[in-house]
Amino acid sequence: MPAPLIETRDLAKTYRMGDQTVAALRAVSVAIDAGEFVAVMGPSGSGKSTFMNLIGCLDTPSGGSYRLAGEEVSHLSADALAAIRNRRIGFVFQQFNLLARTSALDNVELPLLYAGVPAQERHERARRRLAQVGLEDRAHHLPSQLSGGQQQRVAIARALANDPLLMLADEPTGALDTRTSFELMALFQSLNRDGMTVVIVTHEPDIARFARRVVGFRDGRVVEDRPIEPEDAAARLAALPEPAAA
Amino acid sequence: MSLLATLRIALRALRVNKLRSALTMLGIIIGVAAVITMISVGRGAQARVEEQIKSLGSNLMIVVPGSTTAGGVRLGAGAVQTLTEDDAWALQREVEEVQVAAPSLRGGAQIVAANANWSTVIQGVTPEYLEAREWPVVAGRGFEPQEVTGAGAKVALIGQTTARQLFGDADPVDQEVRIKQVPFTIVGVLDRKGQSMIGQDQDDVVLVPLATARNRILGTAQGSTLRRVATISVKVRSGADMKVAEEKVRELLRQRHRLQPGQDDDFTIRNLSEILAAQETSSRILTLLLAAVASVSLVVGGIGIMNIMLVSVTERTREIGLRMAVGARGRDILTQFLVEAVVLSLVGGFVGIVLGVAGSFAVGSLAGWRTELSSAAILLAATFAAAVGIFFGFYPARKASRLSPIEALRYE
Repeated sequence: MPAPLIETRDLAKTYRMGDQTVAALRAVSVAIDAGEFVAVMGPSGSGKSTFMNLIGCLDTPSGGSYRLAGEEVSHLSADALAAIRNRRIGFVFQQFNLLARTSALDNVELPLLYAGVPAQERHERARRRLAQVGLEDRAHHLPSQLSGGQQQRVAIARALANDPLLMLADEPTGALDTRTSFELMALFQSLNRDGMTVVIVTHEPDIARFARRVVGFRDGRVVEDRPIEPEDAAARLAALPEPAAA
Repeated sequence: MSLLATLRIALRALRVNKLRSALTMLGIIIGVAAVITMISVGRGAQARVEEQIKSLGSNLMIVVPGSTTAGGVRLGAGAVQTLTEDDAWALQREVEEVQVAAPSLRGGAQIVAANANWSTVIQGVTPEYLEAREWPVVAGRGFEPQEVTGAGAKVALIGQTTARQLFGDADPVDQEVRIKQVPFTIVGVLDRKGQSMIGQDQDDVVLVPLATARNRILGTAQGSTLRRVATISVKVRSGADMKVAEEKVRELLRQRHRLQPGQDDDFTIRNLSEILAAQETSSRILTLLLAAVASVSLVVGGIGIMNIMLVSVTERTREIGLRMAVGARGRDILTQFLVEAVVLSLVGGFVGIVLGVAGSFAVGSLAGWRTELSSAAILLAATFAAAVGIFFGFYPARKASRLSPIEALRYE
């Protein structure tokens, strides 16, 4: 059996707030295999965002170990972590975090830019990713000219740009309406079906329902970890009443 | 990430805030323009002084009659001509530091050519005078030795201004002029000297042999058997100490004039080279001072850049967080902001150079000051502008590069 893609053992994170030490994460041991679709759930303050930052290599743990694709990454330097984020992880954020006044294509190219990919190849790959999320005709639009759902799809194209092992989405539907949320989840499901490992952080049970496994956090610990039968986002989308004609 | 890509990002970021970028650059623009204009004004002043030194002749002292006391009455300088031609020859013979000592007489006269006349300065000189003043003859010839001995020949050398006034564009050589009814043949034309230190046109002059001047033009009052002269121009050998030479000249003249110890000199030695050297020094200091004041505005411009870059880093914290999340390393962020600051200061520097060059021409033509552009000053200002960008851009850029990605992403 191959090693899991993500394997944390007694992962812990403590913050100092003034003279108090706050434990955001206490001894979390989770293993996620390649090809899984995991929803990380929990109320705010449960530690789910801290967990997400740690497995996304945005932060370093205070204790425990974290192996990504078999490699121990908990003690790597900031530059090495930047390289891992660049090559292995694709991020999708609640607020999209696209660069303003920068075309969709240039936004998607950003990770390739830091990977040192030559300009020609950068354009081609970015274009392909935009086509994959159905936005090939919006390549030269600015984020301000795109709807929320379109912006989030540009963000997904950006996350995919460097062929990562893992997609991490932090409340990806938090700023979207129901219909657009379902559209987005359908996209995630389709990516997952094609083999992409997807981890999304959400506090909405309605969104977690589309995943195949739910990991629940509370007070810095894993309190729930079970596989679920996912709902089909595309089917839910079809069942929604047609939007009122504007 | 390639520098070209970084440059494109920087340019885009600067274009987004056009007005802000322009205002930030203004500091550098003014600074660079000020440095270039001020240095060119300073160098103009310096060049003027240098030109005067050149026109005077280097290592030159001028000995003129001083005040004399006759029976308790102190007469003003020059009231009595105490210097003689023999004083000059003695100086040349006996003071080893002296290269030449040229006696001369001076007076005004109306000079008449065929159909023009002009009031000018007549100087009676010996060939040594031209050597002392480093004043070459550009057309015709100088005085021959036999022309300056005895009663003196009726030949003249003519200055550029006088030549133009009398002959226009025609060649004055071998032309006849009359000075106080005495006919003279012009044998040569003097090189252009320009203005003297006090603004006199040195080219408005006619030189005649000393003996001729004494005997035929300037009258006997200045003449007599003692062969008195109005000035002695002393050229000191190059490399010799002017101060030492001046002391020796003074000593010899006091001895020749039989002055008792304690008695005032009856002559005055004007060490013009020294005055000019002092002027040159002061104009050089002026240049430095102007440049220093102008540099202050460059530094202030740099602080402006730092200020705006700090604001920009704070404003774009989320952007920095995102770039880090997708794989930018600290040094990528550092380069990005540094390049932005340097682009600001370089573009500002370039505009400043254009304005500075225009400014120095404007000062030259509006105020009538002489200005001299120097490529060194332009290079210096440009380099300084870039250095200011790097120096003042570094702190904000480093601040940006040290942000933690999660804190930057969470920043509201």
